[in-house]
Amino acid sequence: MSMNRRQFLKIAGMSTVLGLGGVPVINLLKGDKSEASHVFVNEKALTAKRWGMAIDVSKFRTDDDYKKVIHACNSIHNIPDFGNSKDQIKWIWTDTYEHTFPTQPNEFIEESVKEKPFVLLCNHCENPPCVRVCPTKATFKRKDGIVMMDQHRCIGCRFCMAACPFGARSFNYKDPRLGLKPEDENTQYPTRTIGVVEKCTFCAERLSKGLIPACVEASQQIAKDAGTEAAMYFGDLDDPSSDVRKVLAGRYSIRRKPELGTGPSVFYIIGGDKNA
Amino acid sequence: MLEKALQGSRKYWTWIFFLLLIVGNGFINYLYQFKHGLGITGMSRDVSWGLYIGQFTFLVGVAASAVMLVIPHYLHDFKKFGKIVILGEFLAVAAVTMCVTFIFVDLGQPMRVLNVILHPTPNSILFWDAVVLNGYLGLNIVIGWMTLSADRKGIKPPAWVKPLIYVSIPWAFSIHTVTAFLYAGLPGRHFWLSAIMAARFLASAFAGGPALLIILSLIVRKLTKFDPGKEPIQAVGKIVTYAMIANVFLLGLEFFTAFYSQIPGEMNSFKYLYVGFEGHDKLVPLMWTSSILAIVSLPLLIVPSWRKKEGVLATACVALFISLWIDKGFGLVIGGFVPNPFEGVTEYWPTLREASIALGVWALGFLVLTLLYKIAITVREQTAGIEIEH
Amino acid sequence: MKIYDGGKIIVGLIVFVGLFTFPFVYNIGKANVMPEPKINTPAINELTEKKCVESKQFMRAEHMQLLNQWRDWAVRKGERVYVNSEGKPYTISLQNTCMHCHSNKKEFCDQCHNYMAVNPYCWNCHIAPKEKES
Ligand code: SF4
Ligand code: SF4
Repeated sequence: MSMNRRQFLKIAGMSTVLGLGGVPVINLLKGDKSEASHVFVNEKALTAKRWGMAIDVSKFRTDDDYKKVIHACNSIHNIPDFGNSKDQIKWIWTDTYEHTFPTQPNEFIEESVKEKPFVLLCNHCENPPCVRVCPTKATFKRKDGIVMMDQHRCIGCRFCMAACPFGARSFNYKDPRLGLKPEDENTQYPTRTIGVVEKCTFCAERLSKGLIPACVEASQQIAKDAGTEAAMYFGDLDDPSSDVRKVLAGRYSIRRKPELGTGPSVFYIIGGDKNA
Repeated sequence: MLEKALQGSRKYWTWIFFLLLIVGNGFINYLYQFKHGLGITGMSRDVSWGLYIGQFTFLVGVAASAVMLVIPHYLHDFKKFGKIVILGEFLAVAAVTMCVTFIFVDLGQPMRVLNVILHPTPNSILFWDAVVLNGYLGLNIVIGWMTLSADRKGIKPPAWVKPLIYVSIPWAFSIHTVTAFLYAGLPGRHFWLSAIMAARFLASAFAGGPALLIILSLIVRKLTKFDPGKEPIQAVGKIVTYAMIANVFLLGLEFFTAFYSQIPGEMNSFKYLYVGFEGHDKLVPLMWTSSILAIVSLPLLIVPSWRKKEGVLATACVALFISLWIDKGFGLVIGGFVPNPFEGVTEYWPTLREASIALGVWALGFLVLTLLYKIAITVREQTAGIEIEH
Repeated sequence: MKIYDGGKIIVGLIVFVGLFTFPFVYNIGKANVMPEPKINTPAINELTEKKCVESKQFMRAEHMQLLNQWRDWAVRKGERVYVNSEGKPYTISLQNTCMHCHSNKKEFCDQCHNYMAVNPYCWNCHIAPKEKES
């Protein structure tokens, strides 16, 4: 049961008064304890109405570029590797055009698109079926559009995996620490435990510190080093002047399975360059 | 009345211990799964539900089918069902017990199962399924117990039981409808995304459940002095027949929509199940077994002179039960996950441990069923000859 | 007066007493030392004022509630800064704030948890600080 902030702090304050907590009485004289302590969002945090991403796979030049981007995510989020597809945990990965857009097959599509791996991750859908079906609100939608996981609450029923039409969710069939070398652990971030579902969170923990998602950062670093345009953009879809909106305004983009009405917030820029 | 379950012949006890043995084996394997996770099953990232959820789905149908005896008996005053209706109600209790256990063993974090109640989420169908299943379990325990103890004393059950019986009728429909909604409302799973899913579920339930009841009644007659009666068995036989015809018809509708529309997403799962998809065909023999058994059972049931012979009826019921068990307890769930959202194929097959756990749950259900039937039958044997009035 | 089934009752009583006291008997010599959580870590030693996010008494009694609230605020509300009753801000994070100071899980957390025979699952996910095996 979660109390709201005020209730909790009131209780914290009350237990003090009753001598349970035993904060020196002098502190009480400073005023209402429940107002004195509070919780807020870090002021450096990045905020938005609806976070979104745009991916232009034509800007990935080598396999190495993909690897760097995926590794950026895997390494900071302690993604285990069991070396088999059955138990695999994936937050961000690649697949072919045909698999990414199975409802839009096109045998005569441009060679460059056909052969190019597409980067996949959770779409942070506007109307997410995974949230709709979750019996515990372990999967929920935040005000900024991020579809978030509360691994503390997940009972591992896997209803959300059946409901997600994008295969974005992974289940911990095994203890994830078995697939993770201790020296590869990011000690700043938790692992997951056996029997819960997980997926990409748009790096909610980084946004709260004022950082953009790790994959996008890696992609922009690659572009900077090579002096080219970046392949991935991140920003507020509700803000016309944001990075994403600017790229999307200039080029043709598609989304995965839009006909299902989930409203993906990840856009794929297809073919052609700026203003082409 | 409970003590009646504690007095029995040597055969009775052998059977009980046999069941306990299987339950124990399942339990030991479950402890292993509890420690090492669901990775010990055949389930994967792509096929994330398997045998457990399949069996759960099938058994909800068996549970719901008790209503097929309650309706004629209580709504149409069909007195002949008086003796057999208790068998239906207790079958429902055993089936729901298995359902709940199957859900439990399928959870990745079973210790947190109460989160469903601590954080109630009305938009989740699973939440409602938990509500209606537990309600149905309670209803049937109370109704069965009260009518039986009244029978024993040769009196009418208390007046408040009647309304409960009437409530249990729509409730039975609700448990299977809600279970169908678990599947039928998921975008992107074409095989399940069908408006007639709930109708198909009910039709197959009202065929499979009563078929099992016929088999059980015949066994009961053979082993005990209690005779459920020829006529009620025939009447249930008719129910099985109509329901099975409806079930096959509804399945046919699905085939038509898929293959006449030629929409790949609609066809792929059917292809995978019946002919194989892109070279993957693990389930094909199983699904054809199911189809052939269904085809065999139909004429045996439809031709009245055949159905009237109890041996033929029993054969038909066994064939039909196995057919539906494969179709709904396995094919339906796996078919929905293959091909996956990327049109790729990951095949599924339960592991030995997984199967042992599932078997253990079945044995647990049969244990509950045996104990309840033992009580009911002992009471019935004692009151034999006395006309029962509800 | 004759007690019917006297024998059975006595056997039953023995079994009952045996079962009931098993946890105590089993733990004899194991956890009967009073826990002494140690706060002798580099991070804590560096503090000019050795103070946790709230008072020692409050933390001792209520840290589980505080952590539960922190969890919900951080994960579910995205509010990751906690300002304590003295107006001092802390980043809400078990792994990075609590365990930064209490880098001696074995000598701090485990002390009481073992004594109380509770086994919180925090560290199934949250990575405990690397410690020497002791
Ligand atoms: S992509 Fe899947 S997991 Fe992500 S929000 Fe959409 S439905 Fe949920
Ligand atoms: S597996 Fe976890 S997140 Fe997914 S629906 Fe079940 S409780 Fe919710």
